[in-house]
Amino acid sequence: MSIDKETVQHVAHLARMELESGELEKLSSQLQEILVFIDKLSLLDVKEAEPASHILPLSNVLREDSPKECLTPEEALRNAPAKDGNFFTVPKIIE
Amino acid sequence: MEANRLTAHELLGALKEKRLSPKDIDEAIYARIGKIDSKVRAYPRTGNSGKEADEKAVGCAGPLCGLPVTVKDNICTTGLATECCSRILSGFYPPYDATVIAKLKSAGARIFPWKANMDEFAFGSSTENSCFGPTCNPWNTAFVPGGSSGGSAAAVAGDEAIWALGSDTGGSIRQPASFCGVVGLKPTYGRVSRFGLVAFASSLDQIGPITKDVEDSAILTGAISGYDPNDSTSVDYPVPDYTKSLGMDIKGLRIGMPKEYFVEGLDEQVKLSVKEAAGKLESLGACLKEVSLPHAQYAVPVYYIIATAEASSNLARFDGVKYGYRAPSESLMDMYKKTRSKGFGEEAKRRIILGTFALSHGYYDAYYLRALKVRTLIKKDFDTAFGDFDCIIAPTSPTPAFRIGEKASDPLKMYLSDIYTISVNLAGIPAISIPCGFTREGLPVGLQVMAKPFNEEMIFRVAHAFERNTEWHKARPQL
Repeated sequence: MSIDKETVQHVAHLARMELESGELEKLSSQLQEILVFIDKLSLLDVKEAEPASHILPLSNVLREDSPKECLTPEEALRNAPAKDGNFFTVPKIIE
Repeated sequence: MEANRLTAHELLGALKEKRLSPKDIDEAIYARIGKIDSKVRAYPRTGNSGKEADEKAVGCAGPLCGLPVTVKDNICTTGLATECCSRILSGFYPPYDATVIAKLKSAGARIFPWKANMDEFAFGSSTENSCFGPTCNPWNTAFVPGGSSGGSAAAVAGDEAIWALGSDTGGSIRQPASFCGVVGLKPTYGRVSRFGLVAFASSLDQIGPITKDVEDSAILTGAISGYDPNDSTSVDYPVPDYTKSLGMDIKGLRIGMPKEYFVEGLDEQVKLSVKEAAGKLESLGACLKEVSLPHAQYAVPVYYIIATAEASSNLARFDGVKYGYRAPSESLMDMYKKTRSKGFGEEAKRRIILGTFALSHGYYDAYYLRALKVRTLIKKDFDTAFGDFDCIIAPTSPTPAFRIGEKASDPLKMYLSDIYTISVNLAGIPAISIPCGFTREGLPVGLQVMAKPFNEEMIFRVAHAFERNTEWHKARPQL
């Protein structure tokens, strides 16, 4: 499998990043090299193996839906780069 | 001897008998940092925040008696900046303590006010990827301390800390412990709560101790372990008194050495030290045999799909809205993109893009799903091996510490430095790195001991038997 600059550019957009041209060049060739290395996995027969998203014998860990203490609005907003009252603010989305 | 050079268990004795006060310990640590940290740079933020915290009067309370613990910069601590050594989290002060921090505080420990350096978001094996600049190896400052918990390991090795917490996703506690000649444990997945650990790869991450000897490791592991309702992947399984595993003999224990690990790529001096260590364990009565982990060679590629896929998802939260850095911008999309492009360093961007690619439409089955299946095969290798063996020993890293800059421009080469540690995270088992020798150049070598899930006791038993009968852990760098 190969990864070209267009694919890297597209993936960067999906990940909400923009790459400068030098960065794109370098990353594309590094990723290509990494993918060649990773491709060794395609040689393995995995038909019998179940996928392991984690290794614990756990599924659907549930708890009671009961109220607990939580952060106050002041605490939750303390690290905000921009805020207005009890809200995070961001650049305008709707004209 | 100066207080900062002692182990935690030695200090606990001295504190309880009032031969030393917490203030004496603090003064010794600050003096040491003042003397050597301009060379080691284990603590990137000395000189700001936190001073006021350590001036509060402290007494000897709880089992940990006021002892300070140095904490990696990706573990949330109220009142202390927690930035994962990344520009994108600059100025972040967590509104809560990680569960491990709360546990340490309630056991009477104090959190050292300066957080330890690390590779940005734990992405790296050398601590060169910190936005604050690299940490240097106390044994030779031209060399890396390993990573990503390089600040924690260097601080402990250089006696700038009594003990420390790190986090280990693919070797980030064990490899720096090995490079710095100290003891580092990655507990079983689910043994220690991840609540308040800034997530890198949620199915692999564990917090663990970096200490000067095995006894300290047993004490600190006991203090941070246990079920936490705030982490649904923490396991409700009793926490034994790990110090009871110390001092036991290892006669008749069956120890395996994976033949797949002793191949090309393993440094000759590392190989020699590890073989000598194996001989030592044999002389103590253990029964050593070769074991096979047939899928070992697939661990690194599997890891770099699973870990980057999980990281790309976990790091989506850094968008400039809720905390940290925000780039000036006109539109919301522009804000996301500029913030993330300027806020993340090179390795973080590389991993986010690789992970996003592995999860994206058209590639998911070929990469991510296949990697999850191979992970099962790797885990089965260990299940089979532990049917015949009580523990497995191996080198921690294929090489001793490398020079700063040596692998910085070759990500694949850097990734391969975790070739012996990564499969442990994929299988979820516990493993420790303990000092087992030095190269001719005077760089430490680490021995890795792995055991079945939730059998940290076996690890402490074997590691302590080795330590009691060797002197490697007593060596200190000359700085």
